[in-house]
Amino acid sequence: MNAVLQYAVQGLAAGSFYALAALGLAIIFGVLGVVNFAHGAFYMLGAVTAAVLLDTLDLTLWWSLLVVPVLMFAFGVVVERLLVQWLLRLDPLYNFLLTFGLTLVLVELVKQKYGVSGLPYKPPKLLSGRVDLAGVVLPRYQLFVFLFSVAICVLVWLVMTRTRVGMIVRASTEKPDLARALGINVGRWVTPVFGFGVALAGLAGVLAAPFRAITADMGNNFAIILFAVVVIGGLGSIVGAVVAGFMVGLVEAFGQAYAPTYAQILIFVLMALIILVRPAGLFGRKEATA
Amino acid sequence: MKTKRIRAGAAAMTGVLLLGACGEGGPGGSGGDFTDGKLVLAVMNDQSGVYKDASGPNSVKAVKMAVADYKKKHGDKAVVDDIEVTSTDHQNKPDIANTKAQELYERGGADVILDVPTSSAALAVANQAKTHKKLFLDVSAATMELTGAQCNKYTFQWAYNTYMLANGTGTTVTGNGDKNWHIIYPDYQFGQDMTKSFTEAISKAGGTVQGTIPTPFPNDNFATFLTKAGSTNPDVIGTMQAGGDLINVVKQFNESGLKERGIDLAVGLMLITDIHSLGVDQFAGTMFTDAWYWNMDDESRAWADRFRDETGTRPTFEHAGNYSAALQYLEAVQEAGTDDADKVVAKLEGKKVNDVFLRNGEIRAKDHSVVHDAYLARVKKPSDVKEDWDYEEIVTTIPAAKAFPPAEASACSM
Repeated sequence: MNAVLQYAVQGLAAGSFYALAALGLAIIFGVLGVVNFAHGAFYMLGAVTAAVLLDTLDLTLWWSLLVVPVLMFAFGVVVERLLVQWLLRLDPLYNFLLTFGLTLVLVELVKQKYGVSGLPYKPPKLLSGRVDLAGVVLPRYQLFVFLFSVAICVLVWLVMTRTRVGMIVRASTEKPDLARALGINVGRWVTPVFGFGVALAGLAGVLAAPFRAITADMGNNFAIILFAVVVIGGLGSIVGAVVAGFMVGLVEAFGQAYAPTYAQILIFVLMALIILVRPAGLFGRKEATA
Repeated sequence: MKTKRIRAGAAAMTGVLLLGACGEGGPGGSGGDFTDGKLVLAVMNDQSGVYKDASGPNSVKAVKMAVADYKKKHGDKAVVDDIEVTSTDHQNKPDIANTKAQELYERGGADVILDVPTSSAALAVANQAKTHKKLFLDVSAATMELTGAQCNKYTFQWAYNTYMLANGTGTTVTGNGDKNWHIIYPDYQFGQDMTKSFTEAISKAGGTVQGTIPTPFPNDNFATFLTKAGSTNPDVIGTMQAGGDLINVVKQFNESGLKERGIDLAVGLMLITDIHSLGVDQFAGTMFTDAWYWNMDDESRAWADRFRDETGTRPTFEHAGNYSAALQYLEAVQEAGTDDADKVVAKLEGKKVNDVFLRNGEIRAKDHSVVHDAYLARVKKPSDVKEDWDYEEIVTTIPAAKAFPPAEASACSM
């Protein structure tokens, strides 16, 4: 029993991280209709930037959690203005291919500059050690990842549902014509939203730095899992991404415990089953299937 | 010169078209005892992916160093003047390795293929070497199959194998009192081989393997694998992961608290580039088996200084292994006076060798395993590190006879 509880807690911790990392992907699709294949590369850039900042300027994790998302937001704005915006009116496939190409370029550039073996990162002292929650043990850093990720997810959800800005953004995506008729400048929100999604990917990268290998390839495999998360949750749905993130974390943890070889395959089995039952994903809108 | 090369290439191509795949002799020779009048050393490895730093482009430079040393040593008496070193990226994929090896042997004029990390890719190249009756000197792939059931006359395993890694680390760690093991391994050829070799070494040393966990590859999250392994309360968890996955395991092991519960971590295969990328503090105290270390004595250090002048970095054992393989190949060609593979093999077989990489080395005739001294190493504490890349302390030298399995144990028959 204790073992099951232990796996469940580890699954939730991993799941919170998946939720946070997938959030930006879901938002960018929801608002721009862009299937952003470069999300994994943005995540990687976040981690690499954190490692470089620690190495060169001695900026600790705490500073990186603040600084890197700002840098990534700016980078996202540049990418949107320079590249993504020109293809927005075309078939989504074009931006999918564009961001796929962008991923290859970014990964290769990082390899050229920093090699393939990866960069070191010292985890913060404050968060080393474990917490014992009635017999269930969790690394203190993972508890931090859990609390931090949940806080960010709640914050994003509140902004999107409870604030004027969030409502304008949602109106612009769900009913752009109606929003325009009401005098809302729909296009104005596209760039900052893309930047915001990129910033979230970078933030996940910073969080990953202490407990994952920081290499140019670190986003490749990870991005595939995130796509599964977003598809399970329903493309573009924020709540869906969060719920699916936790589901994937749990499936992976129990897979690792009881069917180790299939731990990753199970994630995609889950995805296939959900698509069969609900083609638009758990929280997807009907239109997505049309 | 260039036109000759083109003409020779065209002739070879025509030959291929007319005769189909052709092996021995080869068309387009320009007299003498050398096909095309030159020697081609083809380095095939990972030029851009996960194993790029471990071997990659710098192994090509190491092979060029060997060519320079050969020319310097023999000067006018060198039997061949025109020596070309080429580089091929196989992206660690067996299918690409297979096609490229075929191309190199048939049309690239390659007399020997060197390196080839990733066991499945190396096995594909070995098969091509056998078909084309051309040499393949494996440096970076560790599978026992190359010198076992799938051995052949034209393939040599130069640097290490899974037995060497397992015997050094498995035996010593068990002997030091960590008797109960739990092993986590990536579920592909190398991981399976390593687990088998470790299990044998551990039980021979009086230990037991309580359990093994196959994991997906590549994989980022090892948290529950580690919890599961720790739940049987072993003395030590052995990880057979390599590269980025190894770093994931070590980072997550360090935060898991298993160490504080008295569970050690033993690493199956570690390269100095792994220590460099994760930072010496995260690995401090970890024991592992090394085939060579750049700072182990003056001779190695002198070579490592030259290597640094060429590349700007310190060599891994794979870099030194490629240098050694190329150098000994050239020496064998010198003795044979030809690039004829059968004659070169005859010179290599049974030869006793001492060079910067091979200490007390012997190119075993029976299974073409190149045996030599290996080293049990410990990662230094950060406070003991005196210069860049000064990460290892050699605990013991494992003599060649003990480091590799006896020839009689090999399933190889050529």
